Amino acid sequence: MKYYDKLIFELGRKGRSGYSLPKSFASAPAVPENLARKTPLELPEVSEPDVVRHYTNLSQMNFGVDTGFYPLGSCTMKYNPKINEEVANHPLFTGLHPLQPRETVKGAIEMIEGLDKTLAEITGLKHFTFLPCAGAHGELAGLMLMREYHLARNDFARTKVIVPDSAHGTNPASAAVCGLEIVEVKSRADGLVDVEDLKPLLGAEIAGIMMTNPNTLGLFEREIGEIAKLVHDSGGLLYYDGANMNPLLGKVRPGDMGFDILHLNLHKTFSTPHGGGGPGSGPVGVAESVLPYLHIPVVSGFHGNYSVMMKAYAYILMLGRENIKMAGPLATLNANYIKESLKDCYKLPIPSICKHEFVFDGLINDGAHDDVPGATTLDIAKRLLDYGFHAPTIYFPLLFSQALMIEPTETESKETLDEFIAVMRKIAEEAAEDPNILRSAPHNTPVSRPDETTAARNPIVKA
Amino acid sequence: MGTFAYFPHTEEDIRAMLKRIGVSDLEDLYSDVPNAFKYKGEYELPEAMSEQEVRGYFENLGRKNVQLKVFVGQGAYDHYVPSIASYITSRSEFLTSYTPYQSEISQGTLRYIFEYQSMICRLTGMDVSNASIYDGPSAAAEALRMMLASSRKRKKLVLSSAVLPHVREVVKTYMKYSDAELVIAEDVLAELGPDVAGVLVPQICKHGRLKDLDGYAEKIHDAGALMAVYCDPSTLAVLKSPAEWGADIAVGEGQSLGLPLNYGGPYLGFIACKKEHLRKLPGRIVGQTTDANGKRCFVLTLQAREQHIRRERATSNICSNQSLMCLWATVYLSLMGPEGLKKVNRLSSEGAHYLYDRLIATGKFEDTHKDKPFLKEFTLKPLCDVAKLQKALLDGGYFAALRLENGELNFCVTEKHSKAEIDELVKIVEDL
Amino acid sequence: MSKIIEGLLYSESHEWVKVDGKVAIIGVTDFAQSEMGDITYVDLPSKDDDITKDEDFGALESVKASSELLCPVSGTIVAVNEKLEDAPELINEDPYANWIIKVEMSDASELNSLLTAAAYAEIIK
Repeated sequence: MKYYDKLIFELGRKGRSGYSLPKSFASAPAVPENLARKTPLELPEVSEPDVVRHYTNLSQMNFGVDTGFYPLGSCTMKYNPKINEEVANHPLFTGLHPLQPRETVKGAIEMIEGLDKTLAEITGLKHFTFLPCAGAHGELAGLMLMREYHLARNDFARTKVIVPDSAHGTNPASAAVCGLEIVEVKSRADGLVDVEDLKPLLGAEIAGIMMTNPNTLGLFEREIGEIAKLVHDSGGLLYYDGANMNPLLGKVRPGDMGFDILHLNLHKTFSTPHGGGGPGSGPVGVAESVLPYLHIPVVSGFHGNYSVMMKAYAYILMLGRENIKMAGPLATLNANYIKESLKDCYKLPIPSICKHEFVFDGLINDGAHDDVPGATTLDIAKRLLDYGFHAPTIYFPLLFSQALMIEPTETESKETLDEFIAVMRKIAEEAAEDPNILRSAPHNTPVSRPDETTAARNPIVKA
Repeated sequence: MGTFAYFPHTEEDIRAMLKRIGVSDLEDLYSDVPNAFKYKGEYELPEAMSEQEVRGYFENLGRKNVQLKVFVGQGAYDHYVPSIASYITSRSEFLTSYTPYQSEISQGTLRYIFEYQSMICRLTGMDVSNASIYDGPSAAAEALRMMLASSRKRKKLVLSSAVLPHVREVVKTYMKYSDAELVIAEDVLAELGPDVAGVLVPQICKHGRLKDLDGYAEKIHDAGALMAVYCDPSTLAVLKSPAEWGADIAVGEGQSLGLPLNYGGPYLGFIACKKEHLRKLPGRIVGQTTDANGKRCFVLTLQAREQHIRRERATSNICSNQSLMCLWATVYLSLMGPEGLKKVNRLSSEGAHYLYDRLIATGKFEDTHKDKPFLKEFTLKPLCDVAKLQKALLDGGYFAALRLENGELNFCVTEKHSKAEIDELVKIVEDL
Repeated sequence: MSKIIEGLLYSESHEWVKVDGKVAIIGVTDFAQSEMGDITYVDLPSKDDDITKDEDFGALESVKASSELLCPVSGTIVAVNEKLEDAPELINEDPYANWIIKVEMSDASELNSLLTAAAYAEIIK
């Protein structure tokens, strides 16, 4: 990757243009003076070749799944098949207006129905709404459904939702946006939800519980059967945060575990690309009991991120009933393989079998000596960039101070994992010898560590 | 094994890996899952398709859609999509990257988001823009939440009934579960009072007519509330910017900036505001700084506002943005430049007025908003049999004359539509 | 070792209080600022707002954290240190010299529930 230091505004000349538009064939009245723009519009004035070269140069400072391995915990950065892109960009779909009459979009609707049916089968739920555009958006819609369920029963007192302390940050934030108060349930030393701690929290004010299973430590909540019974008996519902669905793909269905509402991240489990932060898609599925309310949360304008849904469906069709059974197990195999191969260099706070991801708590020997501080999780992450790998998720979950969360996904080969393991071992050796190599990393990237404090104190957010 | 292109494991790999882990079978990796929850049946899914079967499957599905010339707007506009917008956004370094938390290897994403934010600020006249959110309607809802958060005590929000219906429905959904009181009113100024935190008005009403917002900002601010304007960014090349109207927040749908219709998504919601509201602005924001060697670089900044740090105290639960769609709009705006964007508006408006004049001349429509100017989109009251009209248009290959809530019909023309296409549409109407 | 000043009162959420007649001058402790790291923003309340004990009156932000400020006493906010708006780093430089708000107390007996310097030293040990 090479450093390229231009902004589009620094290119071009006054009077240059990159557009190609048809000729005028009619006239129109001018915009009335009192409604017309007065301020000059300062957009770039560049040619098409300028634009192509600029953005190509920018792309070369970027790392993607197509560039290399992305062991990013809870993000499920699996390979994005190219056929998905091809079908989603098909002109027989891209030109459809969202308000076209149903009889003119039969193919588009058949796709949604097919995706709904397959996702229902994979998750053990009844039906999905596809309006949510991302995981957090799905959580919001899902919690709205939880509220609707109780409101329909005139059960207005249920205004609190239980969230484990290991939950993704979006869980409490989504609950708050949905007007629910958060009650935290603690994890035990083995990393699982403490059922004894949960029991006294349940009651007439609890709308439900949000759970991630496997949880953010990559551990399967094995007492989920008992938890589901306790929550249901107390009148609450179970919400499944689908961010960690990948290891269960083809193996365990959330509906069978007693979950009533779930969101999936099509951009995680179903291979659609992350696009540098979006667009994703976060469909929400429900069990029979919540089905009557599924149409209520109108959280986006039209039909959700339609073309993202097409990509996920293409992937599911290729998986089919034969391959799906291997998806979760291979993801789980990859995660355990890395864990077992590195646990002699990195602290493994919870040594049990993990699912698709696991958490280290920093280095066993961080190299601290005399006045020299040791290498932290941040330093390890930055050093990995030097070796051509993306960093793991760091400082999450909040249960461990040096958390380093690794998720390899099933699309990575043993050779790639072996290379990653070798680099992680080398980094551990470097730390033991001289932690400063890590503390000043990265050294081989287009830019080195940014001054984030100045960025936040004196924000410069536009050119 | 070896039958699925995206699973790289050979039998031998699996054996060696299981051995390292110290278990004998893949099933052992699920020993922590109670037996009752293991799915033992056969998944009722289609048989796995090969790549060529998938291609054929979607080709067939696509043929079941009727390809129409789109002459309807209502929040989704059929502007021309330049070839390089999809070319650039298909580059896998952009397409397959994650959120740019690791800034050292994400300068490409961070730079284009910074450029995007700058362009949104220049279009709207605002000081800061976030890195986008899901779509225009959800952006409107977030803008209202933002105004609520800015006022600790005021709990009432006023939404103009002139906003597009899909915006209204999403806003209603978001507000239903909050402690805010949402009032939807035709005359928003009449609703002002000591309990109003903010007001959201569209710059172009749901019937396509341009609104005169003169005096709104003053009255809203005098009442101690904030003002958000919902706008179509493409039209800001020729229309007064939200800042020129005196708004505190500009919000809207960026699909008109060269994004394909895509049956409704992915689109691009934007929110920009005056700098005093920066800390309440939801979503990601990219900022400029320097690296350890003094080089200019870009980072996600002001993250302490966001859900992964603030959890339940965050202004919003949003955790992503429509990053790739920002890139799409940024490339589009770079190509268009100030003159190209003005020309898009001029051509669209010319085509729309041409269609308008010819439709009125048929005697089959009446304009109930006669004195109100429009750009690319307008509505007319039908004086003919609507069902027959719509059927004739569909049969002729046109999606036009969409019936709105008030019974009027929507028409929209962009630079994509030729004179011949418009003439043919009019002919269908005349022949009714 | 974090600095603690004798004669001030302390809360368990790491605010300090200096009593000046009916007015409580409130800031955060050295321990709090060192835990936060470089402070990038101080979210300040409005003057004349009423506040109750243990209610949040603002927040400190660093690059990777956000921490609510809890008011150790009830009353009316009579002054806000506006210097912190543009220079949040002052809290890192000297957390005791750079107070955040002044509150005219409505119930001075609430001070009895606060910690002495010695007691506070115990809890941050």
